[in-house]
Amino acid sequence: MTVAAAPRVSATPRANRKSRRDNRFAAWAFLLPALAYVVVFFGYPLAANLVMSTQNYTVKSFYTGEAPFVGIENYSAVLSNPLFSTAALNTALFTVGSIVFQFGIGLALAVFFNGRFLGSALLRSLLLLPWLLPLVVSGAVWRWMFDQDHGVLNAGLRFLGFDAVPWLSSTSWALSAVIITNIWIGIPFNLVILHGGLRAIPASLYEAAALDGAGAWQRFRHVTWPLLRPVTGIVLMLGLVYTIKVFDVIMVVTGGGPAGSTQTLTTWSYRLSFQDFAFGQGAAVGNVLIVVATVFGLLYLRSAKATLAEAA
Amino acid sequence: MSVARRALVLTASAALLTACSPSPAPSASNGAGAPAATSITELDYYADEQGSAAWQKILDTCATQTGIKIERQKVPTAQMLPKVLQGASSKTLPNLLFTDNPTLQQVAATGALTPLTDYGITTDGYYPGIAKAGTYQDKLYGVAPGVNGLALIYNKDLLQAAGVEPPKTWDELKTAAAKLTKDGKYGLSFSAISSEEGTWQFLPFFWSNGAELSQLDSPQATQALQYVTDLVNSGSASKSVVTWSQNDVADQFVSGNTAMMINGSWNIARLDEQKSLHYGVVPIPVPQAGGKPVVALGGEVGAVPVTGGPAQQAAGKVLTCILSEPTMLEWSKAHAYIPSKSAVAQKFGTEQPAMQAFVDEVGTARSRTAELGEKYPKVSQALADALQAALTGKTPADQALKAAQQASGS
Repeated sequence: MTVAAAPRVSATPRANRKSRRDNRFAAWAFLLPALAYVVVFFGYPLAANLVMSTQNYTVKSFYTGEAPFVGIENYSAVLSNPLFSTAALNTALFTVGSIVFQFGIGLALAVFFNGRFLGSALLRSLLLLPWLLPLVVSGAVWRWMFDQDHGVLNAGLRFLGFDAVPWLSSTSWALSAVIITNIWIGIPFNLVILHGGLRAIPASLYEAAALDGAGAWQRFRHVTWPLLRPVTGIVLMLGLVYTIKVFDVIMVVTGGGPAGSTQTLTTWSYRLSFQDFAFGQGAAVGNVLIVVATVFGLLYLRSAKATLAEAA
Repeated sequence: MSVARRALVLTASAALLTACSPSPAPSASNGAGAPAATSITELDYYADEQGSAAWQKILDTCATQTGIKIERQKVPTAQMLPKVLQGASSKTLPNLLFTDNPTLQQVAATGALTPLTDYGITTDGYYPGIAKAGTYQDKLYGVAPGVNGLALIYNKDLLQAAGVEPPKTWDELKTAAAKLTKDGKYGLSFSAISSEEGTWQFLPFFWSNGAELSQLDSPQATQALQYVTDLVNSGSASKSVVTWSQNDVADQFVSGNTAMMINGSWNIARLDEQKSLHYGVVPIPVPQAGGKPVVALGGEVGAVPVTGGPAQQAAGKVLTCILSEPTMLEWSKAHAYIPSKSAVAQKFGTEQPAMQAFVDEVGTARSRTAELGEKYPKVSQALADALQAALTGKTPADQALKAAQQASGS
C-alpha cells in the first residue's frame, strides 16, 4: 500500500505543478494584450515626453531627429516663467469650480429623477444632450451666447434689469465663462453615474427609514449619501482627471484669452509647443500636469482601499 | 490608407533613404533623369466650403494639364503645422504643400523642403514681398499663386446716412468711427484675437506708423497700440474685438452691426452674396495724410517637400501649372486673392474695381518673416499678447509692449 501510494502521492504534485505552470502561462497570455497596449500607448508616449522635456526640441528636430540634451533647463524655464503661476492658478480654479458645480447639480438632478413621475425617463435622456454633442459644437454655441453685445445671456440680463456682462472680453470674467461652459458639459456624466448609484440602493431601506419617521433630508443624509459613497468617489475622481486636462472647451470658447486670463496648464503646453515651437518646454508643462494627476490618482486609490477595508 | 497611397509612401520613404545616403548628392537624384511620378499627394488648409471648392477646381485644372493625379488632403488651419511636423518625423510628408507664408520659415528650417529652382521656378515678375516671404537662407522654398492683404471695408449706406466720407488718415478714422457709433452699432470692427490673426490685423497700424518688429517697444509702436486701444476705450469699437476672429468681424459687418471693418479680400465674395449690402473698399488709413499704408502680406505658398526624385519632379510640374498666369488669375478671381505677379495683378485690378484697393496695398505690403525668419512666431505671439493686454485694460500700452519686447527677446 505504501509502495502503491508513493507514486500516486508523487504524481499528484507533478500534475499540480504542470497545471499550475499552465495556469500561470494562461494568466500571462491573457494579460499580454493589455500589457502590450499599456506599453505601446501609455508607456512609450510617457517616456518619449519625459525625454523630450530634457531636450532642446525644435521644429528642426522633427525632421533630423537631433535634439541636444539640456537637462532640467526646460523645467526651470517653465517654472520661472510668470505665466506658470497664472496657468497653475487657472487650472486649479477651473478644476475645482467645474467639479463642485457639476457634481452638486448632477447629484440634485439624479435625486430628483430617482423619484418616478411622468416623463422622467424622457427628461433624463434629454439631459444627456450636452454629453452627446461634439465639444466643438457646444463650445461654439456657448461662445455665441456669451457675446457681449448680441449674446442671449446678456439679452436676458438686460431684460431683468441688470447690466450686460463682458463674459469673454474681460480678463476678470472670461474664466467664469469657460467654467460655466464646462459645468454644463459635465452635468450629464455626473447625473448618469450618480443615478445608477441611486438605483442600486434598496428601496426597503427608504421604507424602513420612512417608518422610523425620517424626513426627506434625513433619508438623504443617512441612507442615500453614505450608500452612494463608493460611486461618489469614482465620479469625483474621474471628473478630476477629465477636468484637469480639459483643452478643447477652453480653446473653442476663449482660446486661452483675453490676455491669457483663461490659460491653463494644458492650453499653455499647447501654446508653448505649437505657437512658440518650444517643444521641450511644452513637454515639461505636460509632465508637471501628469505629476499632479498622479498625486490625485494615488490619493483616490488610498481612499478606495480604506473604503474597502471599512466595508469588510 | 489606400494601397496606392501606401505604395507611394513606401517608394517615397525608400527614395528618401537613398537621398540621405552620402554617395549621390540630392540635387543629382532630383535631376531630370528620373522619370516623374504619375500621382502625387497635396496638403492644404482651404477648409471652408467656398475656398475649398475654388481650390479643388485649380487642382483639377492642373491635373488635366499635367496628366498627374492629385490626391488632396485638407486640414483646419490650426492643424497645418502639427500635421506637417508629424509628417516630417514619420517621413510621410505630402509631395506638394500649401501653407500660410509665415509658417514656411519653420518648415524650411527643418530641412524638409527642396529649393524650387530645382524645378525651374523663379520669382521673376513677382511682388518682392512675396518672393521674400518664400525665401529661407537665400534659397527659394515657396511661391504663392495669389496673395492677400487687409483693407478698410465700409457700409456705403451707413456712411452716407451719417454724412461721413471713407477715412484716409488715423484722425479721420477716429472721427468717422465715433460718428458712426450709434443705435447699438459700432463704427469700426477688427480682430484682436490672441494668435497670429490678431498680430496680422494690428501690423498695418504698427508698420504704417514706422515701427519695426525688431523693437516692439519703440515710441512708434506704443503710439500705434495706444491709437487702437483708444478706439476700443472710446466705444467706437466693441470690447469684444479681443475675442473676434476675422470671420466673426465679417459676420458683424454683414449683419449691419458695424459700419466699417478691417478685413481681407477673401471676404469679398461673401459680401457680394448679400444683395442689400452696399460696400466700398479703401486702403487702411495711415497716420499722416499722403503716407502709404504698410500691410502684411498674406496668402499661402506652395512648397515641395523632400519625398524622392520622381514624386518631387511631379509636384514641381503641378506647382508650375498652379503658378502659371491663367491658373493664377482663375484662383484669384474664385477666392478674391490678388495675383502675386505684379503685371497680372494690375490687369486684375482694372477688371475688378472692388479689388483695386487691395492691389494698391500689395505693392507696399511687407513679408512678416523677411526680417525675423524663423524667429517670427515668437515675436508675433508676444505682440498679440501685448495687444490683448492693452485692449482689455490689463496693462497700459507702453508697459504691455515693454513686456512683449522682453518676451520676444528671451
